[in-house]
Amino acid sequence: MRWFPGGMGSRIGLVLGLGFLWLPILLLVGYAFSADRIPFQWGGLSLRWFRALAANDRMLEAAWLSLRIAAGAATLAVLLGGLTGWALARFGRFRGRALFGLLAGAPLVLPEVVTGLSLLLLFVVLQGAAEAAFGWAPGRGAGTVLLAHATLGLAYVAVVVQARLAGLDPALEEAAADLGAGPFAVFRTVTLPLIAPALAAGWLLAFTLSLDDVVVASFVSGPAGTTLPMLVFSQLRMGLTPEINALAAMVLGLAALLAGAAALILGRNGRVGDSAG
Amino acid sequence: MMRRALLLLPPLLWLLLLVAAPVAILAGIALSESAAGVPPFRPPFTFDAGWQGTLEPLRSLVADQYYLDAFLRSLLVAFATAACCLALAYPMALGIAASPARWQMPLASLVLLPFWTGFLPRLGAWIGLLRDGGWVNRLLQAAGLTSGPLPLLYTEGAMLLGMVHAYLPFAVLPLAATLLRRDRTVEEAAADLGARPWRVFCTVTLPLSLPGALAAFLLVFIPAAGEFVIPELLGPPEAMLVGRALWVEFFQNRDWPLAAALALALLALLVLPISLFQRLSGRRAP
Repeated sequence: MRWFPGGMGSRIGLVLGLGFLWLPILLLVGYAFSADRIPFQWGGLSLRWFRALAANDRMLEAAWLSLRIAAGAATLAVLLGGLTGWALARFGRFRGRALFGLLAGAPLVLPEVVTGLSLLLLFVVLQGAAEAAFGWAPGRGAGTVLLAHATLGLAYVAVVVQARLAGLDPALEEAAADLGAGPFAVFRTVTLPLIAPALAAGWLLAFTLSLDDVVVASFVSGPAGTTLPMLVFSQLRMGLTPEINALAAMVLGLAALLAGAAALILGRNGRVGDSAG
Repeated sequence: MMRRALLLLPPLLWLLLLVAAPVAILAGIALSESAAGVPPFRPPFTFDAGWQGTLEPLRSLVADQYYLDAFLRSLLVAFATAACCLALAYPMALGIAASPARWQMPLASLVLLPFWTGFLPRLGAWIGLLRDGGWVNRLLQAAGLTSGPLPLLYTEGAMLLGMVHAYLPFAVLPLAATLLRRDRTVEEAAADLGARPWRVFCTVTLPLSLPGALAAFLLVFIPAAGEFVIPELLGPPEAMLVGRALWVEFFQNRDWPLAAALALALLALLVLPISLFQRLSGRRAP
């Protein structure tokens, strides 16, 4: 690689860039174990703020709600997004494919504020219609957040599944069909095992997206549906507290675990370029 | 064929109800008059009264300098964010592409992992680092560069720093993918023909990576243009961007038609970059 310019320069750039990405995160994790009541000030090693967190009922309640919403939304997203990705990769040119692809891709590129506002307006209109028809409508809250997050997750799962199927030879499925397997048997014994890693990675992606979302949740939620990011956001508006610092460290730990799991799943059958799409 | 249609039906209905219908409703409400009540607008069309719509919300976007400034500022901030991300990402992507094959995946994961850790913890870290008694100010004072704390947090600089930090992984990965896929024999040929390293880079590597660079730029620019959380947490109160203006109109002023009009205008502005991005990524997909 003698002719390659900046072999050294690009390596320095990579190290500096990774440092820039990681330094604030590592400092945040480190200072979560500080006893001082001012964040990012070292006051000796202590688990004080983790204990404070464990005693904070509002925070725990919001965290539990967020985890349930994320799990439900990710599961719905995998079911619907899996079908979407499969249809886009394997159904050939069916009528309305362009519209279908456009709709499935839209949540990926729409600004969050637009997604949030438009979904809220939909829910308001639906509530109005239900009230006119039955005299009663379900309120907004965890349910509407789940529907919104499932829609976002669907789009991401569809991309991952479609990319995975595009890299697989359709001959595998055709061979099974030629050997006499019915469409359902082909799906269950050939397609499903092949796309299972993509489905698992998609589930994790949808799960973290849901756990991370403030904007869409703030729009579509109601008074009874304060998710963890909504609560953290409202506190960060006042500034960083050591409790939030400890929470962030825990979220980072969880995210690192999940990302490690996803990397293992995808790493077994993907390369860098495949998922960067 | 019948069975396929049945499989297609659930996602199609879901997308029609939760993606297509909301955007249509958004457009409808952007054409309606704001009114006291719940919900606080008059529908633009009812069967009893017929058409009652108005172009007033859309007109006030153009008439009011406040909103024009917000759009201009958002585009500028998104452009600056994407440019900074690209400048930082290029050497990083080159570094990943130039490293031994077994290191490429772990390095890419290191870039991607902060994205998985979420926006809010990272923004919290910057709040802690940039505040008056924070790390950065203490370092500056220890180095004797300033005597008192500099106001770093809640400035345009802090906002830009937070945006670049949040979006940098988006820029590195498509670039790294493009650079990994490039045909290195072209570079070798240029070198064999006597071009010096920098000349090889400027005349071969850089032009070959332009589609990836443009994709990386757009991947940052598009979400950055509508960003709300980062300007709100790190930026100065006067940095009124579109995302923030929309939020204020909706949550504080309860002017739903105006918020919907802002959302529509933001969409209209982003149609060009979005379709450009989809064309780029469509061409690279198998």
